[in-house]
Amino acid sequence: MNATVRSRVLLATAALALGLSLLFPLWRVSLTAPQYPEGLGMHIWAHTVSGVGPNDLQNINGLNHYIGMQTIEPESIPELKLIRPGIIAMMMLGMAAAAVGRMNWIRAWTVVLILTAVLGIADFWRWEYDYGHNLDLEHAPIQIPGMSYQPPLIGSKKLLNFTATSWPAIGGALAIASVVLGTAAAFSGGRTLTNDRHERVRKVA
Amino acid sequence: MSVSRRSGWIVATVTVAITMAYAYGCAPTSRPAGAIGNADAAARTYVAPGQHDEFYAFMSGGFNGQVGVYGLPSGRLLKIVPVFSQFPENGWGYSEETKPMLETTFGNIPWDDLHHTALSQTNGEDDGRWLFVNANNTPRVARIDLRTFEASEILQIPNSGGNHGSPFLTSNTEYVIASTRFSLPIPQADVPISDFKKSFKGTISFVSANAPGKMDVAFQLLVPGYNYDLARAGKGPSKDWVFFTSYNSEQAYEKLEINASKADKDFIAAINWKTLETCKKAGKGEQWPSTYAHNVMDDFTRTGHSETRKGVTVLTPQSCPNSIYFLPTPKSPHGADVDPSGEYIVAGGKLATVIPVHSFTKLLKAIEDKAYETEVDGIPVLKYEAILAGEVKDPGLGPLHTEFDGKGYAYTSVFISSEIVKWKLGTWEVVDRTPTYYSVGHLMIPGGGTTKPAGKYAVAMNKITKDRYLPTGPELTQSAQLYDISGDKMKLILDFPTTGEPHYANAIEASKIEKQQVKYYKLAENRHPQVTMAEREAGVERKGKVVHVRMTAIRSHFAPDNIEGVQVGDTVLFHITNLEQDWDIPHGFAIQGAQNAELLVMPGETRTLKWIPLSVGVFPMYCTDFCSALHQEMQGYVRVSPVGSSVPLSGNTVRAQGQAKRAAARGITLPTPPVTKAAAAHATHNP
Repeated sequence: MNATVRSRVLLATAALALGLSLLFPLWRVSLTAPQYPEGLGMHIWAHTVSGVGPNDLQNINGLNHYIGMQTIEPESIPELKLIRPGIIAMMMLGMAAAAVGRMNWIRAWTVVLILTAVLGIADFWRWEYDYGHNLDLEHAPIQIPGMSYQPPLIGSKKLLNFTATSWPAIGGALAIASVVLGTAAAFSGGRTLTNDRHERVRKVA
Repeated sequence: MSVSRRSGWIVATVTVAITMAYAYGCAPTSRPAGAIGNADAAARTYVAPGQHDEFYAFMSGGFNGQVGVYGLPSGRLLKIVPVFSQFPENGWGYSEETKPMLETTFGNIPWDDLHHTALSQTNGEDDGRWLFVNANNTPRVARIDLRTFEASEILQIPNSGGNHGSPFLTSNTEYVIASTRFSLPIPQADVPISDFKKSFKGTISFVSANAPGKMDVAFQLLVPGYNYDLARAGKGPSKDWVFFTSYNSEQAYEKLEINASKADKDFIAAINWKTLETCKKAGKGEQWPSTYAHNVMDDFTRTGHSETRKGVTVLTPQSCPNSIYFLPTPKSPHGADVDPSGEYIVAGGKLATVIPVHSFTKLLKAIEDKAYETEVDGIPVLKYEAILAGEVKDPGLGPLHTEFDGKGYAYTSVFISSEIVKWKLGTWEVVDRTPTYYSVGHLMIPGGGTTKPAGKYAVAMNKITKDRYLPTGPELTQSAQLYDISGDKMKLILDFPTTGEPHYANAIEASKIEKQQVKYYKLAENRHPQVTMAEREAGVERKGKVVHVRMTAIRSHFAPDNIEGVQVGDTVLFHITNLEQDWDIPHGFAIQGAQNAELLVMPGETRTLKWIPLSVGVFPMYCTDFCSALHQEMQGYVRVSPVGSSVPLSGNTVRAQGQAKRAAARGITLPTPPVTKAAAAHATHNP
């Protein structure tokens, strides 16, 4: 079944949006506290984790040592090596699917995208869980029984004196847009269907 | 007799009582009410919690050698900047990096008398880059960098005795100008003091100032042996000129109080610095042998370096004609202040009964017409009447110094009658006067000496406070008083105590300074020869009797925090690097028995404290700046053994090694801050 022009354009746009998401951070975790009125923040990119301000990551790590949290080192997160090539591959496959114009390809691409996105978010949550729970209590100066420090996936959460707020950043928004556009492309119907209907309409006339 | 004798007594007693009560009631009260209601005054000076002041005020500290930084209109003290003073609070002048800043040819002079402030200017307006200040006693000028609020450069002025008329600036910060208060034998010589008239001379110095780190005495002008007092550069049409007051044209050398107050008129020296510049370029100056120190704080090593310079170009009124003229001015003038238009030169004749105002236009005309009264040592003395624009009559007793509001009015501080007198430029009439409490020296209007005054407030700097504050023994606080001058009448709205004795101040819109603040020094750009970029690089090293401890500080520990193997009499140099890269997180360092000071180390900076242990034992060291919840745990020990002990020198960097080990186990190289291009290009200096 061939795809409609609209479906192919939607898919190409979805692939483009996904590719563009590499140029921006996917997620942003912001931290504010009474003594940090200006706030600290982290950007999660497809390939790395960086501070919003020039030394934010270093300062967040510095603060985290009080509660025994592991140092956030992008080099120690292997997934960050996979996401960028994965996104590039998906972008190219999406473009190819749009070029070929087969409905199966389009639907398959969208399904893969949604699955990997869910997997990615789950993995992000798992890392957050790991940082928040897997504490080095032997060396943590501040230990509060029962307290864990997992930042939220989306929304705000109070962690001791800090309020952690987590939201998709521009890259994340682009990735979400890509999923939406891909889904729209998958449901835009194929040309055979349309031709059938035309023929039926013609016959009735 | 209808009135009985008894009632007569009563009437008489009551009459006397009423009269006395009336007389008492009419006696002047010791505390005159302000001209403004308290609530109104409070509202005008109230800066709500969390809000910022509208202006920074930089007030000289006089005998404390420092600068007090205040917010206006609240009068809140924000910072004390040590310049010509040791400051045990942060180690200025004690740490190995800052000691060189106080070097002079007289040796290390850790104190001075800091009189005046001058903000750097562009086109006659305050630009907020630097604040210049003077040292009166051991003649020096300093540049304070307003990104860091730290003295970044200090230059000694040779051939000067009492650098009082300083550090006034030309309108594009081309020169800091400086005059000698005391005339001296120049070059110095062993001569009888009674040879004053023959052997003593004054100098006016021009210090090139627009390139940071490169201040130099560009040239000096040799002038007659008077006392030189204050100065202002011209602006607008008069921008090529500077005006210095002088007193003691009598050339007295003893009992000046009387002997220097005899003449009817002394002089304002009007000097064309462009002409002097041309003369210097034409080679008309003589190279005189003189030595002076130049001290610069390096941006990358954060270490002061002192060099001794030799020789200075000296010009004379004879070798550079038409460069200087004397303006006769009544009675030992103090201030010589130029109005925002650059046309009027106002003299504060401190013993005069009028405020004379000279006209720049008339001055030029008088020079052209050669309207000379006489000549002194080759300097033409212009005719008083030929240059006078007008005289302000009845200005009070002891007019000292004048600033302007940019709306056509001048404000003169009047010392003896303790008041500020407001008068109109052009008509010279006094339009308002208001008391100060007490004995005002200088006054200051934000930008009041520039082409663009912000005529909203005036600050009086008072010498005597007596009953104005809670008493504190024989020595009472000095005081500033803030007046609202936005209306027709000056209104006293705030008293606030000041540190030291402010002789002069500058204030500038906060917006010109706030945004350029350095929040921390970049660790990646730290080129200190003993920098420790990461905990794992910390360590101890012995070189003969000198022990170098390269130590890091980060919330909330030192690395190493235990040191052994130090011996009695060793010179231990603690090189502390603050690894923080966050605003407002300095760490302190103190060790028992330190004979110098503690240290405050700013984020990204390395500072060194010298310590010589005198006895065997274990001595604690700790952080003195409350840095975090575990600040009190930020401590360590130094074990001191007898000379020749076999205890090996060691510093425990267990924590740091542990960090490196854990990282290595995970296949991670700990990040060392990359050195930026600018820093990489900068060689380290070995002290």
